[in-house]
Amino acid sequence: MGLDSLYLKQEREAEWRAELRRQTKNKDRMLIERVSMPELEPEVRVNYQDREVNSGLTREMAMQEAVRCMDCANPTCIEGCPVSINIPKFIKNIERGEIQQAASVLKETSALPAVCGRVCPQEKQCEAQCFYVQKLNKPAVAIGHLERFAADFERESGEMSVPETAKSNGIKVATVGSGPAALSFAGDMVKKGYDVTVFEALHEIGGVLKYGIPEFRLPNKIVDKELENLQKMGVHFETNFIVGRTASFDDLKEQGFQAFFIGSGAGLPRFMSIPGENYNGILSSNEYLTRVNLMGAQYEETDTPVLHGKRVAVIGGGNTAMDSVRTALRLGAEKAMIVYRRSEEEMPARIEEIKHAKEEGVEFHNLCNPLEYYGDEKGRVSGMKLIRMQLGEPDASGRRRPVPMEGSEFEMEVDLVIVAVGVSPNPLVPSSLKELKVTKWGTIVVDETKMQSSIPEMFAGGDIVRGGATVILAMGDGRRAAEKMDHFLKEKYAVN
Amino acid sequence: MNKVVKKEFFSEKVVRLVVEAPLIARSRKAGNFVILRVGEKGERIPLTIASADAEKGTIDLVAQVVGVSTSKLADLEPGDYITDLVGPLGKPTHIENVGTILAAGGGVGVAPLLPIVEAFKKAGNRVITVLAARSKDLIILEDQMRQWSDELIVMTDDGSHGRKGLVTAGMEEILQREEVNECIVIGPAIMMKFAALLTEKYNVPTQASLNSIMVDGTGMCGACRVSVGGKTRFTCVDGPEFDAHHIDFDEMLMRLGGYREEEKEALELYHLQHKLVEK
Repeated sequence: MGLDSLYLKQEREAEWRAELRRQTKNKDRMLIERVSMPELEPEVRVNYQDREVNSGLTREMAMQEAVRCMDCANPTCIEGCPVSINIPKFIKNIERGEIQQAASVLKETSALPAVCGRVCPQEKQCEAQCFYVQKLNKPAVAIGHLERFAADFERESGEMSVPETAKSNGIKVATVGSGPAALSFAGDMVKKGYDVTVFEALHEIGGVLKYGIPEFRLPNKIVDKELENLQKMGVHFETNFIVGRTASFDDLKEQGFQAFFIGSGAGLPRFMSIPGENYNGILSSNEYLTRVNLMGAQYEETDTPVLHGKRVAVIGGGNTAMDSVRTALRLGAEKAMIVYRRSEEEMPARIEEIKHAKEEGVEFHNLCNPLEYYGDEKGRVSGMKLIRMQLGEPDASGRRRPVPMEGSEFEMEVDLVIVAVGVSPNPLVPSSLKELKVTKWGTIVVDETKMQSSIPEMFAGGDIVRGGATVILAMGDGRRAAEKMDHFLKEKYAVN
Repeated sequence: MNKVVKKEFFSEKVVRLVVEAPLIARSRKAGNFVILRVGEKGERIPLTIASADAEKGTIDLVAQVVGVSTSKLADLEPGDYITDLVGPLGKPTHIENVGTILAAGGGVGVAPLLPIVEAFKKAGNRVITVLAARSKDLIILEDQMRQWSDELIVMTDDGSHGRKGLVTAGMEEILQREEVNECIVIGPAIMMKFAALLTEKYNVPTQASLNSIMVDGTGMCGACRVSVGGKTRFTCVDGPEFDAHHIDFDEMLMRLGGYREEEKEALELYHLQHKLVEK
């Protein structure tokens, strides 16, 4: 799947690329300051659940930032990308003003560039491997911002290119779920000529991109546009369909499906099992975000209700916790608080999201952990008991272990608590396929190099294998599974 | 999109809809439920499958009108479409020949009880059924239930049909009279609570089917959590049936009221809009 070095070298030697390198000296490239992403003012954006915080680069900003990229002979940035986007090639296209071309390059490997440009932790992936960071101790080229710019530019131009697909080979394959892993798998398989059907249990396609990530970070209409593109490439979508229940795997095999990719995600929220956790007003981040993002519960004309809180505590320190606390703020919370058991340094959330939350007025209560919840006479949460923590030795995750400080208990008044302490794999597929091997945590066991489960025609990836990761890692799994399934099926049927 | 092919009202507030859903009609088992949504702005609501016709490709849904979403559902006419319908969800009822089954249903809980009673009967059990409601016009599916029951007792609070009294009175009569091997109860949470207390006294294993608040129904949101034997379980994927003697019914009753204020406001608004349209 990775781009081989010979191919990259040939691409780099293209005349236009060589010409760009000659035009500007590296010394001059290095003098340019990294562009900063324009943002909506905090006092404005907290009033809108559906207005994007990052407002995107202008063409001028993007082209100038693209000049910073030195078109390295050995582009280490690509190694940091789980889907191996040809990063210098798309950036150099921006530098020469061929934005549509840049967008096509992105789509060679990523089914969802506008999504990745928004939600990928670029600072930990491609940008962390950038020459500027590695060798010059300077801010990386803003690869993520440029990716978003190219994808947005193409979409807004109304001239979205549809990636080329191979001639149909007539082989039917299916995905279980329609989140990033499944969509990336579907995009690659349809390109290879397979007849792909995406099955989704909810009434909308997109999985966590739709129900989990708020519109102020990833507007649903942008996800829809990328889905439309997959549809144009020939991917079929089937909503309200639970594979293994609505129809069994055997039923689908009878209908001609030869292989399956299971990308059913980590759809089971974790709770902390502490007293009072089932009071009303204590909900999982999945429930809270689904009611708002998918069901539009904040709007009067929709039927789905959502609980509003004046004093809202969100338990956890990941991106989902930041999404929940900022949603609470936008839904009218007077006090929106993060309660996290370690310190800010160990927070799994992106630095950018923490910064945005702080600008918006979110209070951070780090190094404390809830012990118990209290309810009022109607059974609605009214308060919580917490304990202060200190950091001990590093644990298995490499982060310093939080240790409760005896005698440091204190109480806090709250009327809405959102628990965002992680998720477990969705149990639906394993429960309907008894012979499928799963770990004790419920994740599907796959041969890591093949992405193949204990049932040969079942491949799996994303959170159902990893137990909880990022959009881009899921997409990487989807791509790898597509490559491996393609080999598997070709061997089996000796097609082509 | 699933077409409504037939609609009838059992009573003013209880409606039966026959809906086209060929795949679900084929794959559903007793105890399964579906989640549906009426209109693009609609809410996802869980409903148990009362019966199905695999040949015609239809399922029967019975709903009690309580809020906006169930009002919209009941307003659908034959020929109209349900925007979204997904299922079958939940674990099917564990059916085997255990001897004598006591099945107790209250209100619209009788609808999901029907396929379970049918399945137990077909598995060779002796089935004694107790149906209960506040009054005569709220007793539903009596004839269908009788068809699959060796004995059927009807209880009404006001004595307008069958015997006067609560469901537990009818159940206790049986429990005193003969050996019951297993009991299943479906109905309002408060009814299930007292039925469970009763069968516990008689040491009869009892299952209760819970109607918790849900959003996705696939385990994702955790809204449907209940405490069973001190552990948090999700009704949608771990249930909907649980050992009734270990369910924390008081907590469940409290959680069912979790969105009452919001629902009340929404219903008032809905009625107001309806009146405006009618004018």
